[in-house]
Amino acid sequence: MTAALETNGLGKQYGRRWALHDCTLSIPTGKVVGLVGPNGAGKTTLLHLAVGLMAPTSGTITVLGGEPGDGPTQLARVGFVAQDTPTYAGLSIAKHLRMGAWLNPTWDGDLAKRRIEQLGLDPRQKTGSLSGGQRAQVALTLAIAKRPELLLLDEPVAALDPLARREFLQSLMEVVAEHGVTVVLSSHLVADLERVCDFLVVLVTSHVQLAGEVGTLLASHHRLSGPRRDPSSLPASQQVIEESHTDKQSTLLVRSDGPILDPAWTVKPVTLDDLVLAYMGQARDTERVPHQGLSVI
Amino acid sequence: MIRFASLQFRMQAAVAFGALAVIAVVLGLTGPHLAHLYHATVATCGAHGNCSSATAAFLSNDRLLQDLGNVVIALPAIIGIFWGAPLVARELETGTHRLAWTQSVTRTRWIAVKLGLVGLASIAVAGLSSLMMTWWSSPIDRVNMNRFTSVFDQRGIVPIGYAAFAFALGVTAGVLIRRTLPAMATALVGFVVVRVAVTFWVRPHLESPVHATSVLHMTSGMGFNQTNNGPLSVTGGHGGAWVFSDRIVDQAGHAVGGGFLSQGACLQNRAAAACIGKLREVLVYQPPSRYWAFQGYEMAIFLGLAVICGAFCFWWMRRRIS
Repeated sequence: MTAALETNGLGKQYGRRWALHDCTLSIPTGKVVGLVGPNGAGKTTLLHLAVGLMAPTSGTITVLGGEPGDGPTQLARVGFVAQDTPTYAGLSIAKHLRMGAWLNPTWDGDLAKRRIEQLGLDPRQKTGSLSGGQRAQVALTLAIAKRPELLLLDEPVAALDPLARREFLQSLMEVVAEHGVTVVLSSHLVADLERVCDFLVVLVTSHVQLAGEVGTLLASHHRLSGPRRDPSSLPASQQVIEESHTDKQSTLLVRSDGPILDPAWTVKPVTLDDLVLAYMGQARDTERVPHQGLSVI
Repeated sequence: MIRFASLQFRMQAAVAFGALAVIAVVLGLTGPHLAHLYHATVATCGAHGNCSSATAAFLSNDRLLQDLGNVVIALPAIIGIFWGAPLVARELETGTHRLAWTQSVTRTRWIAVKLGLVGLASIAVAGLSSLMMTWWSSPIDRVNMNRFTSVFDQRGIVPIGYAAFAFALGVTAGVLIRRTLPAMATALVGFVVVRVAVTFWVRPHLESPVHATSVLHMTSGMGFNQTNNGPLSVTGGHGGAWVFSDRIVDQAGHAVGGGFLSQGACLQNRAAAACIGKLREVLVYQPPSRYWAFQGYEMAIFLGLAVICGAFCFWWMRRRIS
């Protein structure tokens, strides 16, 4: 089966700065993929490369088996909602839909019209007068009505208030349920993605720090707490991702495919948030010295 | 893509072609009257004697409309500022290019249609305005005989070249600067600089001027001119030509000063052979027959510059913008 998105040694250079460097990644189809990473990790660059807005400086990228942006057919297969969900402020919603119909041979006009109706929006309204949440919904409608196989969204909810955020993600989930489209959405906040993703990619300073099914990732990571001990004394099958120590106690986040059998540990499941933060922290300072005698009251 | 580009462009197009229609009506109503006046007064003044008062009276008609020639001059700059500069810059400024370029239309096609549609509209607006003005003022130009000189850039086909270039330059500024307002300012400055440079440093050399030396023969409308006690020169009398210099020399080829005219035979009659018969006129000029060649050259220069700008936009947008 063709991967939705596959990169190999992918890099993009602006002047002397590498916005994305040596990125190797494979995202399967049929998933809702969260692309998480701090600002400047290269998320936007990766998505722009995937949709063909820019060409890579080095390495290769294939999207649905094709070269991104290579002709109208490839463009039609990928839907994109850019950061800050741009629309033409002076044009009405109806005109945006007309634009979609004119510029996309695979356009589903009924779907678009129905969605605008469901959102309770007046098609005659100019998008410049819409709220951020409404505009994001219009942008999503444009991307969906194109009936793409892959939908890429660049920080679609970053500028929205919590309610609009939830509504946006909800309607995104309805689309996925209805059309079975593969979705990649980026965010610097895991909390945004937790409810919707079933595949997670953590990108830190343009390297893929972690990638996998959310269920598998959660099942294979554990938070251990117990009497203080040296992490290097753990079995080889348990990989320490994050550690913190007090005088008496150690708290570890470990990756282990098998169960944790040592009775000295209290084992707790991890949340996606814990996981992402741990991997981001690991990437940022791999040579971190354990905190000694840290007291937290 | 053409339909969408038209949708985005329709307001600007409506304003421009609406204004053109108004001008067309005004000129259409007054033009025939002007032509009639010309035939009734100036064309026949030779038979009645006093031509200078007839032409002065004729030229005082429709003074305000005669200034519409300035609109033809300003129009290309306006096109560059309001159609060219924002065309891509506004999309880049608001991020909508990422919406446009991720529809199922390639970027190349998007650029081609945008540049083609608005570029052709620019050419049409400039061409029509110049055509109307050239037609309307043809009797006036026939009297002034200045179409090769002071009104060269408001008549004929050169405004087409100017408009195409101004538009393409505006787009280029927008593509490079990525902000609408600075791009507008840059487009204006750049266009004015190129226009001035071509007018003063290129146009005179498009063909080497004719050097002619002949016996001085004064006809009506000609006069002597002298600045700061310098050598004498001749004014007027070379209808329709673009005169670079017109000096008077004696038989030895030396320049003649103003004192000559206040001596001997010249005191009575300056035009008499006894006064000026021994003088020669050294004329450096572009003959009127070259008018359309010069119009063609200059239009081609500006169309060429427009094509270069357009090609650069293509290249730059396909490679450097995401």
